[in-house]
Amino acid sequence: MEKGKGLARRWAVEFAENSSYASSTSDVPDPIGFNRSASDPDDANASRQKKDAESAWKAQKAWEVAQAPFKNLLMMGFMMWMAGSTVHLFSIGITFSALWQPISALQGVGKVFEPYKDSKVDILAPKLLFIALNLAALALGVWKLNTLGLLPTHASDWVSSLPPAPEVEYSGGGLPIH
Amino acid sequence: MGSSNLRPRTAMAIWARLGFVILLLFFSATLSTALYEDQVGLADWHHKYIGKVKHAVFHTQKTGRKRVVVSTEENVVASLDLRTGFIFWRNVLGKNDHIDQVDIALGKYVVTLSSGGSILRAWNLPDGQMIWESTLPVSTPSKSSLYVLANMNVGKDNLILVFGGSSIHALSSMDGQIVWRKELSIDSLEIQQIFQPHDSDIINAVGFVGSSEFAVYQISYRTGEVMQQSKASFESGFCGEASLVFDNLVVALDASKSSLVSISFKNEVINFHQINLSDLVPDFSGKVTLLPLKFNGMLAIEIASSVLLLRVKGPNELEFVEKISHPFAVSDALPLSKEQQAFAILQHDESKIHFKVKSDNDLRNEILQETIQMDSQRGNIEKVFINNYIRTDRTHGFRFLVVMEDHSLLLIQQGEIVWSREDGLASIVDSTTSELPVEKEGVSVAEVEHNLFEWLKGHLLKLKGTLMLASPDEVAAIQAIRLKSSEKNKMTRDHNGFRKLIIVLTRAGKVLALHTGDGRVVWSVLLPALRRSETCGNPFALRVYQWQVPHHHAMHENPSVLVVGRCGHGFDAPGIFSIVDSYTGKVQNSLILEHSVSHIMPLPLTDSTEQRLHLIIDAKLQAHLYPKNSDSLKHFFNEMPNIYWYSVEIEKNKIRGYSLESKAEPDTAEEYVFQAKELWSIVFPSESEKIAVTATRKKNEIVHTQAKVVADQDVMYKYISKNILFVATVAPKAAGEIGSATPEDALLYAYLIDTVSGRILHRVCHQGAQGPVHAVVSENWVVYHYFNLRAHRYEMSVIEIYDQSRADNKDVWKLVLGKHNLTAPVSLYSRPDVMVKSQSYFFTHSVKSMAVTATAKGITSKQLLIGTIGDQVLALDKRFLDPRRSVNPTQSEKEEGIIPLSDSLPIVPQSYITHSLQVEGLRSMVTIPAKLESTTLIFSYGVDLFFTRIAPSRTYDSLTEDFSYALLLITIVALVAAIFVTWALSEKKELKEKWR
Repeated sequence: MEKGKGLARRWAVEFAENSSYASSTSDVPDPIGFNRSASDPDDANASRQKKDAESAWKAQKAWEVAQAPFKNLLMMGFMMWMAGSTVHLFSIGITFSALWQPISALQGVGKVFEPYKDSKVDILAPKLLFIALNLAALALGVWKLNTLGLLPTHASDWVSSLPPAPEVEYSGGGLPIH
Repeated sequence: MGSSNLRPRTAMAIWARLGFVILLLFFSATLSTALYEDQVGLADWHHKYIGKVKHAVFHTQKTGRKRVVVSTEENVVASLDLRTGFIFWRNVLGKNDHIDQVDIALGKYVVTLSSGGSILRAWNLPDGQMIWESTLPVSTPSKSSLYVLANMNVGKDNLILVFGGSSIHALSSMDGQIVWRKELSIDSLEIQQIFQPHDSDIINAVGFVGSSEFAVYQISYRTGEVMQQSKASFESGFCGEASLVFDNLVVALDASKSSLVSISFKNEVINFHQINLSDLVPDFSGKVTLLPLKFNGMLAIEIASSVLLLRVKGPNELEFVEKISHPFAVSDALPLSKEQQAFAILQHDESKIHFKVKSDNDLRNEILQETIQMDSQRGNIEKVFINNYIRTDRTHGFRFLVVMEDHSLLLIQQGEIVWSREDGLASIVDSTTSELPVEKEGVSVAEVEHNLFEWLKGHLLKLKGTLMLASPDEVAAIQAIRLKSSEKNKMTRDHNGFRKLIIVLTRAGKVLALHTGDGRVVWSVLLPALRRSETCGNPFALRVYQWQVPHHHAMHENPSVLVVGRCGHGFDAPGIFSIVDSYTGKVQNSLILEHSVSHIMPLPLTDSTEQRLHLIIDAKLQAHLYPKNSDSLKHFFNEMPNIYWYSVEIEKNKIRGYSLESKAEPDTAEEYVFQAKELWSIVFPSESEKIAVTATRKKNEIVHTQAKVVADQDVMYKYISKNILFVATVAPKAAGEIGSATPEDALLYAYLIDTVSGRILHRVCHQGAQGPVHAVVSENWVVYHYFNLRAHRYEMSVIEIYDQSRADNKDVWKLVLGKHNLTAPVSLYSRPDVMVKSQSYFFTHSVKSMAVTATAKGITSKQLLIGTIGDQVLALDKRFLDPRRSVNPTQSEKEEGIIPLSDSLPIVPQSYITHSLQVEGLRSMVTIPAKLESTTLIFSYGVDLFFTRIAPSRTYDSLTEDFSYALLLITIVALVAAIFVTWALSEKKELKEKWR
């Protein structure tokens, strides 16, 4: 165990009701003439600016998040190209992750943009971009699935299990038995 | 797994394949088509037989191994251990190389005369190696015999005399060289006997010239020179049967076969004495036959149903000794000493057999008398051979080698059956299968069920083996456990459908049920209907079919099989029906039909008790429906307009198709008889074509799909019809042996004929090709094997038939919505639009028979089974016989599994399913689908029986036999334990963290 940690205070009991850390705002009345609610215009200005900056940052972040799947898309594309078009474990793994990632991303689309939700920030556009990019990734995955031959898009996929047509006539005989 | 040859390459198939990949990752089971050495005998069994014994020669004089050398009707010459009946060695001669006689020469060679007296071979007695072979110039094949001269001078070369017709050949027994050859007469002389008077250099030959003249020749032993000859004629003539009684006396039958003639000859004087049989037998009438037994001074004649033993006292003096009534068997005489001979008489008394050995010195009393109980399913005695041995008290003891009616062979000594061989199984005529009973709760037929501890112990041993920790003893123990696994021999149905009964019909008319686990005989019955009787003199077995297979309605009933036979050899001889219970072998019903049997058609219909409807077509082209009950008739009438039949008439070079019509009044016996109405006929021009072979699809073959997926996900629709007939015709000039015709004369036509409408779907000509042709039809393809005279090689061709009329069904949406008529019933009268693909390949082997694997649902890819000339069974992937093969397949074709084209078919040594064994005299291979889709059971028979199971696409649907469940169990336990341990550890750690 570290030395500093060993010396660290393990626990403390504060017998006073208000700790020295706790704010005194609730108990101690404000000085006369001080109106807490009326903020300082200067201060208010600064806070607005700050808020604007924050929402701008949020918007920027949202766009960033929305564009993130694009990089993914490129990487997926590269991986798929690497995997080839024959069915084996690697290509199957890649394809499945290519399908799974967009789906899970789409499922959690609300959650992803939750931190950037703001009355002033318009997150619909990045959301749409995010969805579109993920759909593109999904399409890429499906396309890959198809190139692997795992999608029933050919006639052969539908007739290969059709039983032979029954015959109306029955014929027997052959060489006489001897 | 990449080379797995599962057929349909569709999305589904790939998904399925994906499953296997994952499965494989988990279990990493080793998959292999070939066998490892220690897998031999796990799923296969091989039984050796010899067939019905014709001759037997004992070899017991010397110390050491006591053996009996036998020759059989299956052209086998074999040496059997006299103590156990096991085969020391065995040689199977060719199909048409019938053995006339067998003997032992010089005490060390077995000599066989075969092919109508034209081939003489000597085999080494201890090991059966051929010593020499000699071909005799025999102008006309006639009844030939062998006479091995007794040791003239020990150590010197002895002569072997072969006589037949009018010629005698003398061959050296050392090297088979012809020492001399004598044509005795240009007339139609038939030599009856050759014998050598004691201690002389002269041999005597007696025979008949024509039908009324008797001739005696005295020939020098050394040179073959005729020293003396005499002839005399007898006015009432001879029938050709004669028996040598003494050195100077022959007893013959006269032309009317009603009286005996004794012929005495001495110094060129021949005297005839006619002996009236009514003097000997008071109530004699009818015809007499002389039994071809070798006695000295004795004679056995057969009158009506009994046999008379007569003692010859002089030229005109016969003494009645004993009358034996049927059924019986009499052995040849066995010399006991210089003066004494013994012979055995065996007589049947219901289930008992009485053995009597008599000496020719004292005919009134027996040397030995024994009685044994005999299994009634063996029938009557057919033949007996005796041999003696000296007991410790210096008296003679006797062994009897008995051939029974069912062709089984028994050795009896001291009133006990020492051993028996079920040699009727060497001549199987037909076979079918039956499921075993379902295992019911509480009525387990299993003899030994392993308890859990045993089970675990076995698996631990196996695990040790897998991990290579086992000692040699343990390895042996593992192998023993695997081989005698009681699981495979249970008498109940199993989950995989590996355990079944193979029901075989033998030429002797015996039906036997063999268990697929180890090939043991579960039950056997000698069908009373197929035994010789007064109503049916010469019955023989034809076919066996499944008669009743209970599914839903008659679940409590046992399945049964139908055995069809015929009374006599003519096509118009009445048929015999016998229905046998498949579980017990009890004959449920048997009858002699009023009509003949020339075609048997099992129909795809059953009556309400699940009895299969059969149509029997007689020689008068009338069809008779069985079973005869109103219910079956009702079912049949519904389907009758759609039932057709055809007949291939090889002599007339014709194929004719018929439909059925009923002309009978209802409620009469004629109700079950239908008349044939000729619809079509195909006549092959007899000057240029001759029918060589026909082949059809197996009626019970199941095809999974009608589509074949080709490269780039394209679809081809197979032309699948059960009513397709393959016919191969050859040019009459080239119908003989290979090499008898020039390539210009030889032509082979292959036809595909629809047997309902008589339409020829396809016809192809192979120039310079000739028979023998072997063919097999399955699904939508035909594979046939023939000889190519131009290339001097055997060739195999494949024809695949596709239905072009369905080819337009390629719209995915229509298929998705089910808007197609691909599964609607089709009539063969609709004009088919057929496309054919074919290809030919060279093939190294000549072929005895061909078959194709069959699986339960038809999904697994097919393998051709080829019975090679070496009596082995070769499994050849159908992929090699794919007409879409090309020299440079495209990438997608390669992916599809198309093999690049090569001019000949490869023979991979590992693909012999008989591995190192030989199924001697291979005649047929039967494939039976198991319940497990990947697996097919194969039963091949000839003189030997061989059974195995193969998986043409490997066992993709089950774990291998030697899969270590213990390892799996231990892994799971270890994993679970690890989970708990790590969970506990992490909990602990987390707690620690929290206390920090």
